[in-house]
Amino acid sequence: MVPATASKRIPVVDYLVIEGEPHLEANACVACGALYFDRRNACARCGKLEFTRKTLATTGSLRSYTIIHRAAPNVPVPYVSSVIELDGGGVVKANLVAAGTDPEKIELGMKVALTTFPCGHDEEGTEAVAFGFVPA
Amino acid sequence: MSDSVWIIGTSMTKFGRYPDKDTVDLASEAALGALDDAGTTMADMGVLAVGCLLEASAMLGQRLQKQIGQSGVAVYNVANACATGATAVRTALLAIKAGEADLGLAVGVEQMGKAGLLGPAGQARSKPAGYTPSGRYGSVMAVEGILGTGLMPGVFAQAGMEYASRHSGVGFEQFAKVAEKNHAHSTLNPLAQYQKAFSLEQVMGAEMVAYPNTLLMCCPTGDGAAAVVLCSGAKLKSLGLDVRRRAVKVSASVLTSDPYVESDTAQPDVSTLTKMAAAQAYEAAGVGPADLDLVELHDCFATAELIHYENLSLCEAGGAGDFIDRRGPWRDGQTPVNVSGGLISKGHPIGATGVANLYEVATHLRGEAGDRQIDGARVGLAHVIGLGSACAVHVLERAAS
Repeated sequence: MVPATASKRIPVVDYLVIEGEPHLEANACVACGALYFDRRNACARCGKLEFTRKTLATTGSLRSYTIIHRAAPNVPVPYVSSVIELDGGGVVKANLVAAGTDPEKIELGMKVALTTFPCGHDEEGTEAVAFGFVPA
Repeated sequence: MSDSVWIIGTSMTKFGRYPDKDTVDLASEAALGALDDAGTTMADMGVLAVGCLLEASAMLGQRLQKQIGQSGVAVYNVANACATGATAVRTALLAIKAGEADLGLAVGVEQMGKAGLLGPAGQARSKPAGYTPSGRYGSVMAVEGILGTGLMPGVFAQAGMEYASRHSGVGFEQFAKVAEKNHAHSTLNPLAQYQKAFSLEQVMGAEMVAYPNTLLMCCPTGDGAAAVVLCSGAKLKSLGLDVRRRAVKVSASVLTSDPYVESDTAQPDVSTLTKMAAAQAYEAAGVGPADLDLVELHDCFATAELIHYENLSLCEAGGAGDFIDRRGPWRDGQTPVNVSGGLISKGHPIGATGVANLYEVATHLRGEAGDRQIDGARVGLAHVIGLGSACAVHVLERAAS
């Protein structure tokens, strides 16, 4: 029997899979292999209609970043926004965590690995889970 | 079909903040100024295109007509992000090229006030009752600050840092030098929102917004308008000598959108469509980057200007850092860039920007830019980019004389 108060977890976006080893999934165009994190009506590259879910690597490299000091209300600063090139394909935007906020210590091109962290609770007690990357 | 299109009148308001005026006041001032400059009136215009991002769905063009002249001609209300103004110009230009009109008026205007950070997620997060995945990403909340940033200072910072990751000699200091230059240039432009020079140390020491962009490396929000009167080559021959002498040829007008690139999944790529637009514009105009006497390009952030040096082929591949280090884009350098002060200091009322860039280039080509005149300017280029994306490049040439 499942207790009524069992804590539930939900990924903050549907391309994050949190069961088992957390990882990202993409919609891959069956015809050309182009990857998308959002729902697509047709492939932006080749125009074909068929997609399949593809598991992406949990490792990659730091393609770019910025350190945000001025943000929208309720967003804690400073934090590091980054563009990550995943090993084996896929480019994703996420926070770079546990790397500090000193630009002298953040190395472009460095190896990173996926991590997850809680990013909020709703009034029913469900925990939202986000992903970020840490220096590998 | 018209063989050529010319700018015969142009005007812009000083950029700044006008709490006592409305959008139509600003648009009227620029429109009437451009018509007067061309020695013509609304009664002669065969087409009107009005660019305004925030009021494009509110019949702004028709509201403008009611203040400056209603004649029943086609009116286009145009929105295309930060390329809105340039797209309005191109809309009027296409009507002339198609032979539907001999004369056309294009106006760009925006009234933003102090808008703060721009972007789809710039507002406060609300407290959720229950998480429900929604939208194309199946998200349960706004993810700004959780999955990176989508706000403009950070997006363009990441674009610049990607360039820095691929090319040596590009870092915080090179990006800051761009803003140092544009603030210095703006001191000569009475129409700029700000006209104050800052040292490189002041630029780098200012409040950090999104590393490497400090506050002095980000364009302000503001209010303003600009306008151009366009004329077909055939019609121009029937106009007076003074109009013909001051006419500026639109040698290329190009608009591009994003082709597919893999990194679109992270953020829009502002470089590829700019390179495409530049290549098409140089081809159409029959000029090359070395022929340009001045360039007004879309420096919404200092990081953006630096990468556009390469995107517009103003420097060698990988050479943008060296280009600013050796003062190539300063007004006395190899290719003067943003002698108006650029968006960073002249200001960026979104819809006005792409028309104001043409005002700036045309004014230099006419030899009428006063203290900031680039002597002997014959050919200039104006570039804007709206994130999402739309890129417009226009090449202008002085009338042969």
